[in-house]
Amino acid sequence: MDSVKHLRFDVAVVGAGPAGIAAALAASDSGKTVGLIDDNPAVGGQIWRGAQSVPRHSASSICFERLNKSAVQIIRGARVFHAAKGELAAESDDSAIQITYGKLILATGARELFLPFPGWTLPNVMGAGGLQALVKSGLDIAGKRIVVSGTGPLLLAVAAYARKSGAKVIGICEQTTRSRMARFGLKMMLVPGKAVEALRFACDLRGIPHWTDCWPVAAFGNRRVETVRISRQGQTSEIECDYLACGFHLIPNVELPRMCGCRLRENFVEVDEYQQTSVPGTYCAGEPTGIGGLELALVEGEIAGYAATNWEDRAKHLFAKRARYQKVVRILKDAFPLRPELKNLARPDTLVCRCEDVPHERLREHGSWRAAKLHTRCGMGPCQGRVCAPAAEFLFGWEIDSVRPPLFPVRCSSLAAIGSHSAPQN
Amino acid sequence: MSESVSVRVNGKPVTVRAGATVAVAVLASGATCRASVSGQPRSPLCGMGTCFECRVVINGEPQRRSCQVLCEANMEVEANG
Amino acid sequence: MNKPAEVVIVGAGIVGAACALELGSEGLRVLVIDEGFPSTGATGAAMGHIVVMDDSEAQFAITRYSQILWDDLREQLPPAVEFDPCGTLWVAADEKEMAEIRRKFDYYHERGVNAEILDSQQVRDAEPHLRAPLAGGLRVPGDSVVYPPCATGFLLQKARDLGARVIHGQPVAAIGKGVARLADGTIFAAGFIINAAGQSAPNLSPGINIKPRKGHLVITDRYPNFLHHQVVELGYLKSAHSLTADSVAFNVQPRKTGQILIGSSRQYGAENSAVDESILARMLQRAFEFMPELSSLSAIRVWTGFRPATPDKLPLIGPSPEDPSVLVAAGHEGLGITTSLATAKLICAQILGQRPAIPIQPYLPSRQMAAEAHV
Repeated sequence: MDSVKHLRFDVAVVGAGPAGIAAALAASDSGKTVGLIDDNPAVGGQIWRGAQSVPRHSASSICFERLNKSAVQIIRGARVFHAAKGELAAESDDSAIQITYGKLILATGARELFLPFPGWTLPNVMGAGGLQALVKSGLDIAGKRIVVSGTGPLLLAVAAYARKSGAKVIGICEQTTRSRMARFGLKMMLVPGKAVEALRFACDLRGIPHWTDCWPVAAFGNRRVETVRISRQGQTSEIECDYLACGFHLIPNVELPRMCGCRLRENFVEVDEYQQTSVPGTYCAGEPTGIGGLELALVEGEIAGYAATNWEDRAKHLFAKRARYQKVVRILKDAFPLRPELKNLARPDTLVCRCEDVPHERLREHGSWRAAKLHTRCGMGPCQGRVCAPAAEFLFGWEIDSVRPPLFPVRCSSLAAIGSHSAPQN
Repeated sequence: MSESVSVRVNGKPVTVRAGATVAVAVLASGATCRASVSGQPRSPLCGMGTCFECRVVINGEPQRRSCQVLCEANMEVEANG
Repeated sequence: MNKPAEVVIVGAGIVGAACALELGSEGLRVLVIDEGFPSTGATGAAMGHIVVMDDSEAQFAITRYSQILWDDLREQLPPAVEFDPCGTLWVAADEKEMAEIRRKFDYYHERGVNAEILDSQQVRDAEPHLRAPLAGGLRVPGDSVVYPPCATGFLLQKARDLGARVIHGQPVAAIGKGVARLADGTIFAAGFIINAAGQSAPNLSPGINIKPRKGHLVITDRYPNFLHHQVVELGYLKSAHSLTADSVAFNVQPRKTGQILIGSSRQYGAENSAVDESILARMLQRAFEFMPELSSLSAIRVWTGFRPATPDKLPLIGPSPEDPSVLVAAGHEGLGITTSLATAKLICAQILGQRPAIPIQPYLPSRQMAAEAHV
């Protein structure tokens, strides 16, 4: 049976993406003990995935260097699956971990929204961020033909990255309208640093077709994707490809905040100016409070770290900077709303739940997420609805219900550990 | 330190760069990760550990998310897609 | 709307659904009303074990009768219902429990229920993941498993095919004197009203004694061939027996998907549906004692449910003493799935004035209610 590790920190930070790293560093300045917990084998979250192995003069390198020099205790490969007052339960490959904390900072990030369309379950149809993550994890795409589709600024970043990795990016299919895309570009110019970033993208993406009002209609292939059919201004056309990267922007990972009892608004965690949630002593930073990108995540993380260690002055000092990047949340929201045509891509036999292979026609019969789950098993597989629930919400307008432990599939022994530990030791 | 690492996917040796994940090794070998409950071949979707499509057997242990596991020398991976 | 219903059934859990089908098969017009969608109550949380129990003659009679009815129905059940004749394996941890196994065998044998005593080796051959040593076990091959929400869905659909009408999302505020009144004021008149409202049954028939008994279940990822029978420790009977203490007992079930369902726990007075970590831990530790490898399986979900329990552990099936037009069909504790079909038969027999297949006295609600004169 598993051993149970007991750890105690003044400040526990969940999620080692930019927000979590910034929070941990800021909290650590106070001399208090800080623990930084992440599911992945290495820190960095999504946007800084693999950045440690690519030394550059950049914000990520600076942060990693500071992190390594700091007293922050990093716990890698640990998934948090339960939260109770003052305690978290996590699981790593070899043990259950009981973490008691004085203050908690949730920096759980976001994941991509996937929408079903015929053929979306074929191998090599991946999220846009999904493809990027795999390439950062060592996937060789040199010479491969890639179509990037869906919506959001991530498509641009992924296309640029794929091209730099030697792939042939055939085109970017962005479902938003041309005018929204243009407005997005203009508004982002007004955000500090974004004009330079935009120019860099324009350079990196030179020659790659960027189509707006464009989305994938179906993917075809025998055992892996070979062709994607796209719709563009009322016409469909087919493109041969080796990979179809498709993601419809980001949704916040609010499962843990929910389990902690944090109040949400429109599915984002409500925080005050110090990034404190409705639960005293619990803070939230980064995408779960609003999808706003890297810079916003960094400053929110820093504010949370200082606030959690009673350094309000330092936190206050950052409010103006945060306000500048806060604008990005609104800009993104306005630029990439999902168009109604996307609700009609799925055929009756198109799978919505990939864990349990539940097709659209079986879900349609039910009036609520709960009824659908119970009768079809949709959302009852290992992903616990992380892929299919947001899609079902978009397709059917269902409200997704509350969270229960475990937040993540865990060994039965870890589940047993959360209720049976004795007083924690250091 | 070695720049590459070798594992076996379905008995076949595959070499990937050091620090690569098992998911990458499976894809590099031309295999797909798993078969869905109705028998469809599946490979990674999210790349970040939340979709569970990348599950394989690693050193005899089933239901491992290959995108979250770094390759180690001589790992035995069964990808049953 | 067509002709008015002759029977209104409150509650579209498995008991209400079974009643709807049975009454519909007898040509009665049925209306089923549920405050939510079908299977929202105990049915949706249930394990789905169809099991013959020997706690008392009355419990045996109704479980055995109902198990035979399930067997008769099995050919018609679609794949989604996941009917699995896997049988039950009762396991004995020591010689004292082995004596109980022999008693159980005799009891079943005398009443025509097929059973087989297994020794220490045979029980491990039957279930290789059971730890050694166990004293032995009793295999009851006639027991089976279904997936309750889809079983309920099947029964309701067949009832609809016979003309039954089902209304969702409408709480019923009051029943009696040939009338069911919804919370929104709508009134349905019917000759008979069946209170199959599970946990809410006492709200509609004041005076009946049904209390919630909270349980926990864990379901794992798919591990085909890990488990072959529903495996239950004899101590389960002690746990189900106790009226007051919180208890856990080893009870695992193979699902057709290859997932393992792990139970069981019982708590009185716990009205909050949140997962109770400490009893969950006890329940799992108990399971690991019998099947150590369960500890390394991946648990995908944990949920709770409330068994509607009566003080004498028998369901309430029959007329409310205050109002013979209201029939109660509730209080099935952990045997609702098993006894749903028999409950429907007994209710139907009472409505039609026919002789029920088994004696009805032990289940009559009048046994519970104080004799009080009402104006």
